[in-house]
Amino acid sequence: MKLINKKPSSLVDKPMRYCPGCGHGIVHRLIAEIMDELDIREHTVGVAPVGCAVFADEYFNCDMIQGPHGRGPAIATGIKRSKPECIVFSYQGDGDLASIGMAETVHSAARSENITIIFINNAIYGMTGGQMAPTTLLGQTSSTCPAGRSVAVNGYPIKVCEMLAQLEGARYLERTSVSTAPGVIKTKKAIKKAFQNQIDCVGFSMVEVLSTCPTNWGMTPVQGARFVDEKMTPIYPLGVFRSPEQ
Amino acid sequence: MAEKILMKGNEALAEGAVRAGCRFFAGYPITPQNEVPEYMSWRMPEVGGSFIQAESEVAAINMLYGASATGIRTMTSSSSPGISLKQEGISYCAGADLPIFFANVVRGGPGLGNIAAGQGDYFQSTRGGGHGDYYTIVMAPNCVEEMGNFPRRCYELAEKYRVPAMVLADAILGQMMEPVEFDFEPVDPKTLKAHDWALGIAAGRERRIVRSYDLREGKLELLNLERMERYRKIQEKEALHENRQTDDAKLVVAAYGTSSRIAAGAVKMARDKGMKVGLFRPITLWPFPTKALATIAEHVKNFLVVEMSMGQFVEDVRLAVCGTARVDLYARPAGVPSADEVFTEIEKVYQGIR
Amino acid sequence: MPEIRVDETRCKGCELCVTACNLKCIAMSETFSVTGYYPAKLAKLECCTGCGLCAQICPDLAIEVWK
Repeated sequence: MKLINKKPSSLVDKPMRYCPGCGHGIVHRLIAEIMDELDIREHTVGVAPVGCAVFADEYFNCDMIQGPHGRGPAIATGIKRSKPECIVFSYQGDGDLASIGMAETVHSAARSENITIIFINNAIYGMTGGQMAPTTLLGQTSSTCPAGRSVAVNGYPIKVCEMLAQLEGARYLERTSVSTAPGVIKTKKAIKKAFQNQIDCVGFSMVEVLSTCPTNWGMTPVQGARFVDEKMTPIYPLGVFRSPEQ
Repeated sequence: MAEKILMKGNEALAEGAVRAGCRFFAGYPITPQNEVPEYMSWRMPEVGGSFIQAESEVAAINMLYGASATGIRTMTSSSSPGISLKQEGISYCAGADLPIFFANVVRGGPGLGNIAAGQGDYFQSTRGGGHGDYYTIVMAPNCVEEMGNFPRRCYELAEKYRVPAMVLADAILGQMMEPVEFDFEPVDPKTLKAHDWALGIAAGRERRIVRSYDLREGKLELLNLERMERYRKIQEKEALHENRQTDDAKLVVAAYGTSSRIAAGAVKMARDKGMKVGLFRPITLWPFPTKALATIAEHVKNFLVVEMSMGQFVEDVRLAVCGTARVDLYARPAGVPSADEVFTEIEKVYQGIR
Repeated sequence: MPEIRVDETRCKGCELCVTACNLKCIAMSETFSVTGYYPAKLAKLECCTGCGLCAQICPDLAIEVWK
């Protein structure tokens, strides 16, 4: 018998410190597998965000930098412009990318920086304990909208892919989900394309991954996965929003 | 002998950084420092570097955070409100031990203030500026030539100690034109030694991590203690100052930057009238030349601080003389005193000396 | 015969693998692991095809698939 899923060498071999059922572990593994497959580990620099994935710098077995909340795309820009021979990715959550760091997100896309952004949308702030995110669904409860997100008080959730699709510089935008195993496989394909685009100097590529936060959603991981499919996906439809082939 | 070039302060600052090997600039427009990004927008591509007009000061400092993590010499510049916006990023650079270089061409404040010269950012510059426990090396030029020559020293110190370093100028220094003679040969970045912490191609080595956090019990304090030791060495070795006619002085005027130029004129007027007045000018504001000032205070018992702020710089002077001398203050918060006005203050204080 | 091997020191008992397995061969242990979770286990040895879907969904790289 043969082991068919060897741990990727681009991932540091240590237990994930994320909560049970958290999607970060899945996406970390996918990125590492892709680094292995594209043989780019030794010239990849990753940018870790503020939020739960601040610990990403412990897991990716490549050069890493951890920066201020929301500024990943600016940091990635600085690295890529200084070392164009490096593959640079920024790993960000929804509060990081779509709230505090929205300006950096939009402008790096507008400049079509040749970087790869992995955007984990789990519709909540995880690290700080479950506050409302820019992507929290209407009616969804959080510790800062305990009665549920309302239009009157909190406004509407932000659809990042749809919004960025208006920008010519955003070359590749795809939304996927890691709520199911087939979704994980599709997510890997999308992230791989986002890295390949950078190798091919295509420009700004972002994959928005619908993920779970069972702990702060107050659900079991299995319920959380169902929440993604039943509640999030209708608001955040999966698919390709921009592609370089268009 | 290098040639003398007539330059505007902001352009000298930019050219000085380029000649010192800067190959990455990110900035955002704000008066009175706009000539810096404008100059860099064509000069950077000319030398094979990168120029980015960022979407904000916040983005600019974070572009620097990323770029300097690759080990190259980087620069950003701004003016007071913009520097406030950059402070979080500067704190991260300090926490991640990245040797960035930046300049603050100070304007009047607080708030939007005005676009004329001021020295109200003294505390912000010399006390860290952002959150957390750190210092930034602060060099205070008082002429365009120093605007051009200080960036190189900032890079060298920043890299030697792995701390951010800055030039603290103001609207007058940024806008005026003077002849500049660069006191160093242009630095070819390729000749600079590679840093053992720089991110990039990792072939054949362990991965590297640039970060400013450590959540493990007790570890952050160890990092800070190590950094504190570097700060102590900087304070011990790198303070710079200039004394003029302090040996026989009964009164010494203390001033930095633009104020020190004006004060020098007033001191000359006083000397012409036979008054024994000298000038003490710190060139580095952090580290503050405490020892040098304390040495003067052994024989001079009267100081007059002239600053274009409410009384920020005066605190360091008082700390340095440590109660052994009287320290008067002529404060012009966001006002530029004339030499005559400073002379009048000198006369007032001098007459009170027995 | 294909099989999965669950690393009990990594498994956090999230049960996502149980739902991912189309053939329902995975179940949760009835005893705690050293980390305090009920880890997943291959309950029906003979039905595993080694498809690897359980490992795809596993957030903790706790499942090895042998074929």
